[in-house]
Amino acid sequence: MATNRIDRTAKDIVFTVQEYSLFAWQAFANLFSPPRYWTDFMVQADIVGVGSAAIVLLSGFFTGGVLALQSSATLAQFGATAVTGRFVSITMIRELGPVLTGIMVAGRNASSMASELGSMVVTEQIDAMRALGVDPLRKLVTPRIGATIIMLMFLTIVADACGIFGGAAVTVFMNGQDATQYFSEAYEFLHYPDIIQGMVKPLFSGYIIASIGCFYGMRTYGGTEGVGRSTIQAVVTASVLIIFVDFLLTQVLLTLMPPL
Amino acid sequence: MSNASFLSPARCPEPSDGGTPVIAFSNVYISFVGPAVLADLSFTVAPQETRILLGPAGVGKSVLLKLAMGLLRPSHGSIRLLGDEVTAMTERQLFPLRARTGMVFQESALFDSLSVRDNVAYQLIQERVPDLEVDERVHEALRFVELEHTFAMFPGDLSGGMKRRVAIARALIRQPELILYDSPTGGLDPVTSTTIIELVMKQRDVYRTPSIMVTHRLQDAFMLCTHRFDTTAGHMVPLPEGETDPNTTFLMLDQGRMIFDGSLHELLHTDNAFVREFLE
Repeated sequence: MATNRIDRTAKDIVFTVQEYSLFAWQAFANLFSPPRYWTDFMVQADIVGVGSAAIVLLSGFFTGGVLALQSSATLAQFGATAVTGRFVSITMIRELGPVLTGIMVAGRNASSMASELGSMVVTEQIDAMRALGVDPLRKLVTPRIGATIIMLMFLTIVADACGIFGGAAVTVFMNGQDATQYFSEAYEFLHYPDIIQGMVKPLFSGYIIASIGCFYGMRTYGGTEGVGRSTIQAVVTASVLIIFVDFLLTQVLLTLMPPL
Repeated sequence: MSNASFLSPARCPEPSDGGTPVIAFSNVYISFVGPAVLADLSFTVAPQETRILLGPAGVGKSVLLKLAMGLLRPSHGSIRLLGDEVTAMTERQLFPLRARTGMVFQESALFDSLSVRDNVAYQLIQERVPDLEVDERVHEALRFVELEHTFAMFPGDLSGGMKRRVAIARALIRQPELILYDSPTGGLDPVTSTTIIELVMKQRDVYRTPSIMVTHRLQDAFMLCTHRFDTTAGHMVPLPEGETDPNTTFLMLDQGRMIFDGSLHELLHTDNAFVREFLE
């Protein structure tokens, strides 16, 4: 009995991975062939990009502030509080900016994509779309993936900048250090590999957020309860995958572009 | 009922071939988990023919319509829609074929974030038809279902019956070669149901579009069979006593199998025990 359950669960997992792979690949491949729904792309870019700007801005600012607070206390023990700017900027740009932005946007947009598409599935709107001769994958999923990939990159830049300013605020107004020193440290020790690492990660995170959100939305079953279930699954899976892929990417990028 | 003109005779779909069925099911079988939902199903819909699909709830009527559109795939069997073998086509190949047909869903399935105008014009907008032409055709389609005043409204502002009528307008706007109605009167009050049936009848008698209408309401089925749409009067009128519409015939499903295929007269005089029980 237990063996049967394990067997069934394993098959379900493999089947889900297979389904997701085909779904995500097809939706991505649609980016490169017509018809393209530019209006839907712009609408989604507005929802994901402009809509998430406020939370990303605030979370970035306070994360930078916390980093400055925590690091300055430790650095003070070695008489190295002067390098707070370097620490904050490199940490934000290489790691925390992309990951935090990804997780914030996953919480906001993977859930909204899953619930919106899930509601459309249970009310037969997706079937209606197919019956009207329109490909829901191309019309609904591909614009979301394209928009999320691009907007997440810009949101990450916003989060990075706000994080550095948050760190500056703490360093200058709370720790009483010099702003010029903070910003020159933050700027001078920043190199292209750091920036590239910080800009590559959101491309993957954006793809994960939109494809997972849409995937769980499109496979919703079981009415409104099913919509809730899909939403939870989308946020949890997207968040975990973002952190996991971030780990893999960091390893790969550190190998390809070692820190200077 | 107003006499709409959005399907002028020149724009009215012509049957592709005089005798070729618009849709043909042959030994179709489908199961999900457990026993077959539909088994060994064979029937055809001829050009200009209206098929009324009867059967108790949960017998697979909606599944049959979705199979016809290629929205579901049969486990085995053949389905030919407008001359094409649906079962052999990819999803991508099916989209243009589906665009030539119209489907009215059980719960209307209107896009709730779009206005009535954008719902009805959905296909035209995707085809990048100019806005002025879209507006004109939407007005005509809405006039056909007598809901022109809802042009700028949203589905959330409409009653259940109005949503069905908008769904009919959406299904008809591109002059489909086949229309599938999935319980268009389900859950509606008798007056609204009659309005919907009158629209189905109008489409049948004025534009001769072949169709399959799923229903479990016998009064709707019989009304469709015993009345015709009078274009001069602008409403439906009963056929003379004892006459029925020759192009309107019945199918009946029970436990996933087709147990009846014939005219109203044959339906009323069948020996099949289940059909008799259903009618009584």
